[in-house]
Amino acid sequence: MDLQLISLQLFSGIALGAILIMLALGLSIIFGILGVVNFAHGSFFMVGAYAGVFFLGYTGNFWWALLLAPLVVGVLGLGVERLLIRPLYGRPVDDPILLTFGLSYVLVEGVRILFGTDGVPFDTPAALRGVTNIGIGYFPTYRLFVIGVVAVVLVALWLVLEKTKVGLIVRAGARDPQIMRVLGVDIQKLWLVVFGIGIGLAALGGVLAAPMRTVNPEMGNFVLSEAFVVTVIGGMGSLLGSVVAGLLVGIVVNMTSLVAPEMATIAMFAFMALVLLVRPHGLFGKPGFGT
Amino acid sequence: MLEIRDLNAWYGPSHVVHGVSFAVRQGEVLALIGRNGAGKTTTIKSVMGLLDKVGGSVRFAGQELLPLPAHARFRMGLAYVPEDRRIVPDLTVRENLRLGLLQADSSIKESSATDQIAETFPRLKERLGQIAVTMSGGEQQMLAIARAMIARPKMILLDEPSEGIMPVLVEEMGRLFRALRDQGTTLLLVEQNVEWALNIADRAVIIDQGEVVFQADAATLAGDREIQERYCAV
Repeated sequence: MDLQLISLQLFSGIALGAILIMLALGLSIIFGILGVVNFAHGSFFMVGAYAGVFFLGYTGNFWWALLLAPLVVGVLGLGVERLLIRPLYGRPVDDPILLTFGLSYVLVEGVRILFGTDGVPFDTPAALRGVTNIGIGYFPTYRLFVIGVVAVVLVALWLVLEKTKVGLIVRAGARDPQIMRVLGVDIQKLWLVVFGIGIGLAALGGVLAAPMRTVNPEMGNFVLSEAFVVTVIGGMGSLLGSVVAGLLVGIVVNMTSLVAPEMATIAMFAFMALVLLVRPHGLFGKPGFGT
Repeated sequence: MLEIRDLNAWYGPSHVVHGVSFAVRQGEVLALIGRNGAGKTTTIKSVMGLLDKVGGSVRFAGQELLPLPAHARFRMGLAYVPEDRRIVPDLTVRENLRLGLLQADSSIKESSATDQIAETFPRLKERLGQIAVTMSGGEQQMLAIARAMIARPKMILLDEPSEGIMPVLVEEMGRLFRALRDQGTTLLLVEQNVEWALNIADRAVIIDQGEVVFQADAATLAGDREIQERYCAV
């Protein structure tokens, strides 16, 4: 096993991590601000991939699909928050869990009815096929593209969070949503927007992942547990934690599969256990957060 | 300015405030005093809109507040400094001040408002870039007050601002409250530090077991040891 193979596998890990980051960010921010553990997050990822399939078929253009799928699924997220989750605020934490858990089944069944139970193909766009020399060897161009898109999204998110009024509200609201009310912030509006953005990010992850794996109604199931592992490692509610942990989990899974593919999933959970032993609140988590 | 009539409030299942009525006049400091657990905090939380179950009437600047959510009350010019301060710990002092300006009148410019606050609170001026939680308790209290006043509210509700603060800062705070009043801001000051509160306030209301038991000019009450002993002695 040579160094080149290892570095390419490392890069693959980053591409996987990039997808996980898209999911974990939404999970983490929704938990941090709304206090809702969204068990339907993986299903929105899957719906995002199918929305991508639909818009690709409709417009014949990958770029439109990449843009429209997250927007449309994000709007669906707004509707879900407004109609289904809002009535549950102030109730015990299990209630939204049960609701989103059930919703995930509804979404999966809905997609089965509309698109069938078999997987559907999602072709890599022509411009992004093939491989690119990245100095250490040849690497699939599409995966480079995924890493690039996620990097751009992260920079944009960071700018919004650090430099804008909305960003300040989100950062402060993640720490203390109650005090925001007496500073004049309509917290319900904040919850709505945050949920919509979180779902939009999951859907973007779904479209980006579509050419790399099969698009089928169950594609959100396993990725949800991976995303949960990422948020737990990073620290629930910490966005920086989601990014760092996403990359680490992607790398751990890919490096393990280089030596022992059947151990990849176990390695991920073992890594989580290890992190929690050293830092019980995750890498960037804070004690008592979200309680 | 603020008229509370027959206010009843519940904290969880317990009925804490029983038919409280009093008014705060425009431009005065009213001290709301009484023992621990008398219902002082519950009363101002009801005014700010932070409790689930409240009955009666609370009018602010002529408008009924009780049907309105907390954020709408803030936007009417009602600010609040909670007992536990609730500054956002991992934001900087400047960012915490900015939170106070989120819904402010657009005529208030952030830079000049921050400058003005820095002038009023020299201790905060040196610490604008510092993470809020690294400051002392007194400084955090000053920040919570600064955050409440930066958008120039008509009235500020203060819940035990002197609690756990060193005496020098408490004196400083007293001067600040009087200065605010002289500029036309109305203050409702909930306090356990009776002597200090009566020294600052124009009038005082005493509540005991969720009911108003006495109201008078602060100076009158300051001279009435017997009433103070009866309702405020720990």
